[in-house]
Amino acid sequence: MNTINSSQIPAGKNNEPPVIKSGLQGEYSIHNNKLIEIEKLTRTYLLGEVEVHALRGVSIEVSKGEFVAIMGASGSGKSTFMNILGCLDKPTKGNYILDNIEVGKLTRDELALIRNKKIGFVFQGFNLLSRTTALENVELPLFYSTVSNKERKEKSVEALKKVGLEERIYHYPNQLSGGQQQRVAIARALVNNPSIVLADEPTGNLDSRTSVEVMEIFQKLNDQGITIILVTHEPDIASFAKRHIVFRDGRIKSDKINVNPRNASEVIKTIPSIDEEDEA
Amino acid sequence: MKILNIILAAFRALQRNKMRSFLTMLGIIIGVGAVITMLAIGQGAEYSVKQQIASLGTNVLIIFPGSQQQGGIRVGAGSMTTLTEEDAQAIRTDCPAVAYVSPGTFAGGQVIAGNLNWATLIQGVGVDYTQIRDWDVQYGSFFTDQDVKGATKVCVLGKTVADNLFPDSDPVGQNIRIRNVPFKVAGVLTKKGQNAMGQDQDDIILAPYTTVQRRLSHFPYLRQILVSATSSKSIETAQKQITDLLRMRHKIARYEGDDFTIRNQSDLANAATATSQILTILLASIASVSLLVGGIGIMNIMLVSVTERTREIGIRMSVGARGRDILTQFLIEALVLSLLGGIIGIILGAAGSKVISSFAKWPTFITAFSILLSFGFSILVGLFFGFYPARKAALLNPIDALRYE
Repeated sequence: MNTINSSQIPAGKNNEPPVIKSGLQGEYSIHNNKLIEIEKLTRTYLLGEVEVHALRGVSIEVSKGEFVAIMGASGSGKSTFMNILGCLDKPTKGNYILDNIEVGKLTRDELALIRNKKIGFVFQGFNLLSRTTALENVELPLFYSTVSNKERKEKSVEALKKVGLEERIYHYPNQLSGGQQQRVAIARALVNNPSIVLADEPTGNLDSRTSVEVMEIFQKLNDQGITIILVTHEPDIASFAKRHIVFRDGRIKSDKINVNPRNASEVIKTIPSIDEEDEA
Repeated sequence: MKILNIILAAFRALQRNKMRSFLTMLGIIIGVGAVITMLAIGQGAEYSVKQQIASLGTNVLIIFPGSQQQGGIRVGAGSMTTLTEEDAQAIRTDCPAVAYVSPGTFAGGQVIAGNLNWATLIQGVGVDYTQIRDWDVQYGSFFTDQDVKGATKVCVLGKTVADNLFPDSDPVGQNIRIRNVPFKVAGVLTKKGQNAMGQDQDDIILAPYTTVQRRLSHFPYLRQILVSATSSKSIETAQKQITDLLRMRHKIARYEGDDFTIRNQSDLANAATATSQILTILLASIASVSLLVGGIGIMNIMLVSVTERTREIGIRMSVGARGRDILTQFLIEALVLSLLGGIIGIILGAAGSKVISSFAKWPTFITAFSILLSFGFSILVGLFFGFYPARKAALLNPIDALRYE
């Protein structure tokens, strides 16, 4: 029940090309391949009188279609970095160019627009609206863009299909398992065809099997060309990504290509499903 | 975010906390209901006061003889023997702003009809009296000019007198005895009800003033002259013309005061109307205090709601809600609360004033004005008290809001 077969996530080789990929391809031809360009990014907080240097000059480039895992101990600055990447926070110094837009100079409202159009968030705690159906949760980003009610529902159902939850669109979060809730959150992140999906410890609240299932979804989405940046402190989870960036003390300690990323679909077969009966 | 979607979202959010939403609305419901009811009662009071004043007659002026002064002691107004039939006649012919004139005098007395008797006031009037007081005969007819000239012993009964003397039979054409003088009943007046002072205006017998003077009061002067002006605008003019005429007729020197008093009904009418308006305003202001308290209730609940839903606000912001989207959402929630409360309050207030008017026999009026007023007030209350919490929500930092536990 919990496994996702490839028919649920269109791989782009079918007769009908998936919406997401065609959108990205359109941009390929116009711009260069760089999705994110970050230069000497610093972020300093004021905690009372004390200055906290969360980021001390981070430079990084991410191309379209990458699957990046950001790792580091707590306090290494990776969460701050994710907040800035997600346009939830502004850098103190440095440049951040997302999809050819200089984000550091934008106003609050413009940042909201970027979050709406270009970024999909997946959080550790799922962050779904309680007492709101899966469908309505997924519809949420479209509420803040100019989409007709009909189109909004179509897109949202489509996104829920991609994560294999088309049967549960009218379920409330408390009627869904943790893995299912996280899949709703992923569907919500996908619904507006974002340039990038940012996942902050997406498997932090999940058991190991469900974690791999979630990683399987990310891998399939990445196969379709969606750029994914994932924050995790579990090397197991990071091993599914194609690139590893390690943060320490507000700086990048290492930035390596993961030459041989694990395939989640295969890993999942090796893990016995404990709660098969519960799910059924 | 389209406004319709925001309104739907607001309804959904309020639905999730039905009890709380209802209790919050209750403040507005009671406030608006109270304003509606109080305005209805106040306007009912104003209406009955106006009715009573209209029952005195329209554009009426009453001329009394002045007070007598003997060695510095002034006797009450009306004691002077200055007003005469000729004065009344002169007013009728020489004052263009005057439409009708009725000389007046009165006498009290026991009235006997068959084996029943009744003490009442016998007012001697002219035939113009029905025009001045706007008072018609219900059965039979009023006495004629001929009766006045000949001092015929005819009379017209007020409804109360007729009911008391002739409970089962038709009084028209019957004979009654007033202080042992036989009078023939020509007609019965329509019911006029109480006057502004609460006196029963139907407890009266009208007779030609000449008859009353000669047969009953034996006082050859007039106690009053009732006059009606041609229109409500000419009351002042009529008063001036009468004053000038009477001063001239009574040969009053310039430095001397009038030997008569003209009382103007419109003064009384204005005072009474003003009083009832003040009553209305007073009632409405007391009621609007509860509307204010209801508004504070909304603000309180919206503040709690913003704190409680900080995480939701964070989530909404992370998926692209702008500050103003959040502001609109919470403002609309407050507005929905206050408007819904307002509508229910208007319905309850309308029902309440109907109940009051049927139980207390007091007329109540629900005007479009009072509905618009309370509707407008509830919108204002919602906007005013909803704005601060909504703004607080809109200014939240998305990161802090997302981390809020």
